[in-house]
Amino acid sequence: MKINLKVWRQKNNKAKGELKDYKVDHVSPDMSFLEMFDVLNEDLITKGDDPITFDHDCREGICGSCSMHINGRPHGPLAGVTTCQLHMRSFSDGDTIVVEPWRAGAFPVNKDLSVDRSAFDRIIASGGFISVNTGNAQDANNLPIGKEQADEAFMSAACIGCGACVAACKNASAMLFVSAKVSQLALLPQGQPEAKMRVMAMVNQMDAEGFGSCTNTGACSAECPKGIDLSNIARMNREFFSANLLGK
Amino acid sequence: MNWISTFLKSSIGKKLLMGLTGLFLCTFLIVHLTGNLQLLKHDGGLAFNTYAVFMTTNPLIKFVSYGLYAIILFHAFWGLYLVAQNRKARPVQYAAYDGKANSKWSSRWMGVLGTIILAFLVLHMWNFWAQYKFGTVPYTQYERNLATGEVSFSPFTGEIKGKMEKFVDNQSGLEITIVKDLYIVVADGFKAGWLVLIYIISMAALSFHLVHGFSSAFQTLGVNNKKYNALIQNIGVGVFGIIIPILFAIMPVYFLFLN
Repeated sequence: MKINLKVWRQKNNKAKGELKDYKVDHVSPDMSFLEMFDVLNEDLITKGDDPITFDHDCREGICGSCSMHINGRPHGPLAGVTTCQLHMRSFSDGDTIVVEPWRAGAFPVNKDLSVDRSAFDRIIASGGFISVNTGNAQDANNLPIGKEQADEAFMSAACIGCGACVAACKNASAMLFVSAKVSQLALLPQGQPEAKMRVMAMVNQMDAEGFGSCTNTGACSAECPKGIDLSNIARMNREFFSANLLGK
Repeated sequence: MNWISTFLKSSIGKKLLMGLTGLFLCTFLIVHLTGNLQLLKHDGGLAFNTYAVFMTTNPLIKFVSYGLYAIILFHAFWGLYLVAQNRKARPVQYAAYDGKANSKWSSRWMGVLGTIILAFLVLHMWNFWAQYKFGTVPYTQYERNLATGEVSFSPFTGEIKGKMEKFVDNQSGLEITIVKDLYIVVADGFKAGWLVLIYIISMAALSFHLVHGFSSAFQTLGVNNKKYNALIQNIGVGVFGIIIPILFAIMPVYFLFLN
């Protein structure tokens, strides 16, 4: 396959970026999207050009590092996959593909396609945890949790924090991410003691980072590689109302 | 009390205000539609004109109507403010953005649809509310035969106190109503095809606005439960997206062809 690329190049956080054209020949349909970029970068390095910076780590769809906005959609055209799990067989010979970084004020561009997602880390640090004494883990059966409850919490916990929700949202809102992180603890007994503090702190931090607010378009959930459901946002709203109206 | 302002200034508090005012306006639409459907009665406008007098003289309704104006303005301008805020959250736009791949058109264009509705409301208030309140509106005398229920009407040229006088003439068995005739203002107004077209387009905008807005308000309120989601969705699309805008749109079309 021959692929034409329009890739966002930006030297650093301050520099002005632009879309640059590249041609990649000898692309195998079995290559992943990132492997196609590896081939292009090899070529650029051989020519003495600056290779394209992009985030990646596990390349198994579980770490949440890769973050490419491909032809107008985060993680490209397939549902339920990250960029590393997208293969070139999803494209046709001769296609022109536009590749941009996640666009959000709260996600400043580091370089090229790599963005700084530490806003997510600060949101987690503000309250996305439970405080427990150190020592041996207690026996799991001491704390009975219903299967359905556990499954629901697990569905929320499946969020890998890649930021595709923010990238897809027309308002660059982080509510799907934050709501998943609120929900995974709100659904379990371990999360209860700090539930009210948690949701207040995390929503405050989310607002302070400059993310937009949710208008319920559902784009986040549709593009989420882990299929995090919109019901998480409704749950976060309930938790937030209850913390504000009923909390101390 | 500081917690209230902190709560309402948060991103979730801000959208709660949008959702609550939006749902209030949905209930208003039902009341407004029920009243306006009196226009379609074949009584020369007697029922509609009586209703118009009630709506503009009843103290409780007057009180609620001022609240309504305030809420309409708040919902409109708060919405525009939030659109502007949300645009700031993405200072650099995408070169390629495929919105239709992951969300419905109506959900992405709420601000534009709402602005069309706001512009329509200004026109609508000018067409009827301002004419009724400040313009020269003729009076009509209706004579309803109490035995048969038949209604006849003719222009009234004298003077009465207030907007309506109603009495029964026992000799002839007629109930006589002399009333400020908003019906004729409506009927005359919709002789203009271009105005009817604007009204139809505005109702289409209202339809798309509510297809997203009604169910979205429930999501914002935290109501998202598989038990009720289908019901909320169906009411949002069926009642507020289809039935109500179509019934509203029928009125100008009815008068266009009646004339």
